[in-house]
Amino acid sequence: MAARPLLGAALVPLAILLVSGLGYAAFPDDLAFLTHLIAISLLVLSLDLVTGYCGIATLGQAALFGVGAYAAGNACLGGLTDPVLLLLVGAAAGGAAGLASGAVVTRFRGLPQLVQSIAIGQLAAALANKLASWTGGSDGLAGIEPGPVLGLAAFDIYSRTAYVLAVAVLVLVVIGLTILVRSPFGATCRAIRDDDLRARMIGIAVYPRLVVMYGIAGAVAGIGGALTAITTGVVGLDSIGFERSAQALVMLTLGGAGTLWGALVGAFLFQVVEHFVAAYNPFHWITAVGAFLVLIVVLMPRGLASGLPEMVRSFRSSEVRSSGSWLSSTSLRLPRPFGSFKSSRLPGRQP
Amino acid sequence: MTRTILSLAFDALAYGMVLFIISIGLSIMMGLVRVVNLAHGAFAMMGGYIASTLLRGAGLSYLVTLPLAVAATVAVTLPLERLLYRRLYRRTDPLTQILMTIGITFVIIGTANYLLGPTLKPIPLPASLSGPLDLGFRTVPTHRLFVIACGLATALGLWLLLERTEFGIRLRASVDNSDMAESLGLRTDLIYAATFALAVGLGAFGGIVGAELLPIEPFYALRYMVTFLVVVSVGGAGSIPGALAASLLLGLIDTVGKYVAPEFGEFFFYSAVIAVVAIFPNGMLGRAQ
Repeated sequence: MAARPLLGAALVPLAILLVSGLGYAAFPDDLAFLTHLIAISLLVLSLDLVTGYCGIATLGQAALFGVGAYAAGNACLGGLTDPVLLLLVGAAAGGAAGLASGAVVTRFRGLPQLVQSIAIGQLAAALANKLASWTGGSDGLAGIEPGPVLGLAAFDIYSRTAYVLAVAVLVLVVIGLTILVRSPFGATCRAIRDDDLRARMIGIAVYPRLVVMYGIAGAVAGIGGALTAITTGVVGLDSIGFERSAQALVMLTLGGAGTLWGALVGAFLFQVVEHFVAAYNPFHWITAVGAFLVLIVVLMPRGLASGLPEMVRSFRSSEVRSSGSWLSSTSLRLPRPFGSFKSSRLPGRQP
Repeated sequence: MTRTILSLAFDALAYGMVLFIISIGLSIMMGLVRVVNLAHGAFAMMGGYIASTLLRGAGLSYLVTLPLAVAATVAVTLPLERLLYRRLYRRTDPLTQILMTIGITFVIIGTANYLLGPTLKPIPLPASLSGPLDLGFRTVPTHRLFVIACGLATALGLWLLLERTEFGIRLRASVDNSDMAESLGLRTDLIYAATFALAVGLGAFGGIVGAELLPIEPFYALRYMVTFLVVVSVGGAGSIPGALAASLLLGLIDTVGKYVAPEFGEFFFYSAVIAVVAIFPNGMLGRAQ
């Protein structure tokens, strides 16, 4: 009985290895793009942790990504050239930024929460533009040249090392997050998402949990940012801006919030299609994305986010009859991405 | 020094009024039907594009173009209300609203650029509005004065509409208790549609008269989308005095901030936003929900 969920948990990392192997074989000249795709996937995973698992409305997630990127870039320019250490620097910086912004954002629900997240994101972007000695301002931070990975593999012009590093990082992060979301901590986060009042009534400390989850999400986003800094050698203002936050939300919705594989599928699909269509005409791409979003809302009023798991669940529940009480051991539940919109303050936080 | 402060205050007032005219439309919509309409900036941009095309292409005069472009924008967007916005009223969660309205924004941006090209679209002012005006003790740009007058007229007009007309009474009844209003025989769907038209019209109006301060360009809708949402949130959704106070306050902070420390960009603006929202989650003059 216990083996099945474990198998399910191993499925996503295995699928990542398979797909990335196929990507390496099929597009050996596009490895730089595939590496960037993986870095953005980490941002979408990070957003999934707070939006999909905790029901926090945010449009400022790219700030955490950007903080990680700039931190790793500066550490590298400062002489710390080991890529693994640089990733840890990105994680630490992103985590710290996540804790700080989470402490502000998670105090509220609904519109105030959304506006706080936007304001913090814009604040970070304005600071990135202003603190030019740290960020290079609008010119960006350039000349980041990390040393070989683990002292073995140097970065090459075809991005092979970068790609392998990125895949390894993604697999490790996904394994870590799988453990996290299946832990009691992850379960209480979902309880808060589904009904924060009830969660509070059964004794869950809502606010600290949300802040901690925000910090973890920040660390994941920070790793993604550090990964772009290491593999491209530059960090630009676009890595921290509002557009990137909005795009990450679109990708998450596309794949399905509230599951790790959903975030990955969304990030993958969105970027691959964008890679080809936007090269043809960026304005047609914008129109297509917009029309697609409208269609999601019209055709699946509760979003692909719940539409897909619902389909999967109906598929699985037919399987239950043959395999006994297996369903009860899975954690598949209906995600309600933004939770209830009842109160603008979390219960218990009233002064 | 005094001269600088005065002209700064004047610029801040004009900028705040532009923010007010555009944001009050969004505020009414969010107060009444609870839709976080991120496409509001796109509607303002659409007004600007139509006005620019009418002025430069058809050669109409400014004061004829203004109402014409506003009416055209409302006419173009009303089918959206019928087909799409109706689904979002009152009950859906913010994620759905964000997704659909960002989607609509993207479609409008893509379409506008496909039809009109990715260049900046000026809205040329008539001679009577483009020069300086001598107030006796000092001269000010006439256009800024015009914008301020438009803002005051909008505030007064809206107040009269909401407080002194039958429509206003019905609208407030629908805001306070939609189910009860419907039970009493009010056609709430018509009231909602009229509110949507009013909101879009105000957005387009602000987009046109504010084009000198917020120039009409391809990414207008995305660039200012957040600003308008923030103004509403700071003021409190559905509150005219709230929106006016928030617009003037944020206009002042932004203008002074950019004058004193231009390289900080919107740093002061968003710091103020975080502070105000942290202290008043429902806005400075909003009602608890």
